[in-house]
Amino acid sequence: MMGQEFFVLSFPPLVIGIFASIACALPGNFLILRKQALIGDALSHVVLPGIVVAFVITGAITTWPMMLGALSAAFLAIALIQAVQRIGRIEQGAAMGVVFTTMFALGVLLLEMTDTSKVHLDVEHALYGSLESLIWIDSYGWQSLLSIEDLSYMPVELWRMVGVCSVIVIFVVLFWRPLTLISFDEGFARTQGMRTNVMSTLLIGLSALAAIAAFDAVGSIIVIAMFICPPATARLMTNSLERQVWLSLVIASVSTVIGYYLAAYGPLVVGFEESLSAAGMIATVSGVFLALAALFGSHRKSNS
Amino acid sequence: MSKGLHVVQGKDQRPSSLTIRGLTVSYGADPAVFSVDLDVYPDTMTAIIGPNGAGKSTMLKAAMGIIPRLSGQIQVLSRPLEEQRSAIAYVPQRASIDWDFPATVQDVVMMGLYPKLGLLGRINANHKAQVTSALDRVGMLDFAKRQIGQLSGGQQQRVFLARALVQDAQVYLLDEPFAGVDAATEKAIITVLHDLRSTGKTVVVVHHDLATVIDYFDQVILINKSIIAAGPTQDVFTTENLQLAYGGRLAATQLDVVGL
Amino acid sequence: MLWQSLTLQLGYNATLVSFGVTLLGIAAGLAGTYLYLRKNSLVSDAISHATLPGLVIAFLVMVAFGGDGRLLVGLLTGATLSAALGLYCVSLLTRKTRLSQDAAIGAVLSTFFSFGVVLLTFIQALPIGHQAGLQNFLLGSTAGMLWNDAMVITGLALAVTLVLIVFRRPMRLVAFDASYAQALGYRVGAIDAVILGVTLTVTVIGMSVVGLILIVALLIIPTVAARFWSEKSDVIFTLSGIFGGASGYIGAALSGFAPNLPAGPIIVLVAFVIFVISFLLAPERGVLAATLRFWSFQTRVHLTQGLLALAQDRPIYEPKTRRLLQRSGYIRADGVATDDGREQAFKTLQNERRWSFWKQHLEGDVLSADTSMVHSLIDIESRLTADQIAEIDNALLNEATS
Repeated sequence: MMGQEFFVLSFPPLVIGIFASIACALPGNFLILRKQALIGDALSHVVLPGIVVAFVITGAITTWPMMLGALSAAFLAIALIQAVQRIGRIEQGAAMGVVFTTMFALGVLLLEMTDTSKVHLDVEHALYGSLESLIWIDSYGWQSLLSIEDLSYMPVELWRMVGVCSVIVIFVVLFWRPLTLISFDEGFARTQGMRTNVMSTLLIGLSALAAIAAFDAVGSIIVIAMFICPPATARLMTNSLERQVWLSLVIASVSTVIGYYLAAYGPLVVGFEESLSAAGMIATVSGVFLALAALFGSHRKSNS
Repeated sequence: MSKGLHVVQGKDQRPSSLTIRGLTVSYGADPAVFSVDLDVYPDTMTAIIGPNGAGKSTMLKAAMGIIPRLSGQIQVLSRPLEEQRSAIAYVPQRASIDWDFPATVQDVVMMGLYPKLGLLGRINANHKAQVTSALDRVGMLDFAKRQIGQLSGGQQQRVFLARALVQDAQVYLLDEPFAGVDAATEKAIITVLHDLRSTGKTVVVVHHDLATVIDYFDQVILINKSIIAAGPTQDVFTTENLQLAYGGRLAATQLDVVGL
Repeated sequence: MLWQSLTLQLGYNATLVSFGVTLLGIAAGLAGTYLYLRKNSLVSDAISHATLPGLVIAFLVMVAFGGDGRLLVGLLTGATLSAALGLYCVSLLTRKTRLSQDAAIGAVLSTFFSFGVVLLTFIQALPIGHQAGLQNFLLGSTAGMLWNDAMVITGLALAVTLVLIVFRRPMRLVAFDASYAQALGYRVGAIDAVILGVTLTVTVIGMSVVGLILIVALLIIPTVAARFWSEKSDVIFTLSGIFGGASGYIGAALSGFAPNLPAGPIIVLVAFVIFVISFLLAPERGVLAATLRFWSFQTRVHLTQGLLALAQDRPIYEPKTRRLLQRSGYIRADGVATDDGREQAFKTLQNERRWSFWKQHLEGDVLSADTSMVHSLIDIESRLTADQIAEIDNALLNEATS
């Protein structure tokens, strides 16, 4: 399995999948503790209108305008949710519901009104991604990992995902203490003179970045699942924040590997030719892990 | 309802440690706190008392800048609040936090040192010693490794006091620290607060138990949206003032309990 | 054409679709009120995403038994069962573990939905797969709706609307204060189940019309829009139903006018327009009204505080207070009071003294409901009679001379 075929077909999707999962699960830990788990859900829905608008403007499927469009849509959504919540005094869940469904509706409508027959842009693609199609055509086995020339043929999504994931890791390491404070006791953070709004906007902004980069590579269902399932699983297994975060990253990676192979080779085992959606399977596996933790996790019960 | 400047004066002539001018806080069309002018001086231990809904906690939170104010200015040690965050510590009323949060007692108290530690500053032996000493002062050292949700209400309250202690502030604001706690906790907290006063700190406590006011506090602020009276306990804590603050809600029997 | 579309003159089928969608909107608006009141709005998101695996399994089962696989009733049954299972999982995770509801909702919706996607890719690989048309449930469709399907949808929407109207009182009570409802002898668990049951039904029928992602919008947006118009839950309930119905009706008409476009997003955008209008212009909680009220109130507070300070010869610390006093012509640029200012300051202090006396000696005689108000901001002459004020003034005069 570690031969050339592995490096051509499985290595890129696995690595991209793992980095995408980590990029989402890491901020997900704090979103869950802040009871903002569904921000990930909202963000992954508003990516669609952003991309469609970028397509309408540029007339082509090119990466950077699309990423930019998605990012703008995400920030617009965050601003609108905050406006409805603060100015309109509507509870967060409902405010999110208003904003992301409307933006998604706008995205679908725009998509239908635009001629996309020549390009690969549709709702299903946005949901499932195309993890399986990310291949490293010029790999000759593990020695290609050392060859700069061979590496340059690696799918560009991989480098993008690695980059975004690094930004997020650096952010979390650097702002570990403020993130802990705003997640644990926002009122106390404010008494310390911390600009809690800025901090929480940063957290959501970074989550948006993770969602968009991951979405581009692996589709939005992985995004929503990875924001929530691995951190929630880890939360049921420990009482230490540091351990929770490490555990969530391990669970995210393991889910990716198991999910990928289950989708690719699972059907073969039962004599079925086609492979299943890798993104869907990865997300499903992360959900199964959560179910197991909910049943057997050492710290599954609430204290209060 | 006099609208003069209210002064809580300490023994010496040091400048006021907490200065509030023209503070009004409102959630809707009716202010929760209206036009409060107040000076609190060091070396004092002050109770803020008043009926339910009189704006006691609101005033404290607005003074800490946790909730927005409609008007008013706050100074700590003669400088604007924003520049003096490290000089003022606040213990919330039974903190509205997620008690399942993955944090131990020790972690929570360490959070009081975060401003000093900065983003990446190393936690050294000195920091650990401060945490240990604060936990010792509130009698919670044995629980240092417990997850915070596994404590009783009174124990949790003591942990949050310890967090304020490691901040090593000059002014301590506490919101109903004795509400619903056991006798041991009440005793532990009051000992710590008296210690703070004797080392020249300023302690201001929102208090609901009129029966202990005389025992615990040397200064009293009576409030019902606006300040009714403020000053030394023996001058301010009188039947007339209490009637004024509580209106008909304070029955004669209650005044007996208070010892007036 | 638009007019004809709005007035239901586009033929029998289109009329039935319009009627069904309007009813769906009403049902969603009404059901959404309870979710909102229980701070549960996004439960609908979990329900709708959790339908997908059931939908696909129902299709597979029907095909396995030699059926067409596209029978709407069968598909909806599958969807309902798997959504109910999802809902049960949300409730289990919230009650039995330390996870909060938002995490439970997110976990269930993502896991169920992705499992549905896995199953979908399985179907697509089957020889019969590509005719399944199950993708329609992602985004909904009204254009190709069959007569029978439209009847099923309309009938269910009507039934749900009736249930919502008949049970509105106990439902409102449970949504507002479950323990009180329990004390009154209502079976809270059963009523909660009815609330979730109707939500489930609305979601499942709505899914085939506007799609499983956008049905969430119809369960949330009309209620949030209605929230801006009133503080009363029965008014919100009614308005939410009207807004939902209007979104469905106008949306269906507009899409009849543009048959190439999907109806779902159009209906949602109509609902959003209603939301925006409510958000900005509603007289009760609308942003415009609230902002104006806040500004005028803040000004009044600053002026009152400033005038009291003037009357008592105290310094005014706040720059904003000084600015407002100056703009109102009460003080000059150097801070000295004008004649007008002195007069107003005297009046404000007099108001203060009168209230203060009234609070000390007369409170309880009148206006007992007002005793917790901050009286400084209320003109006593607007609340007490001239006789009462004269009495207060007399007493104050005696107090001053004695």
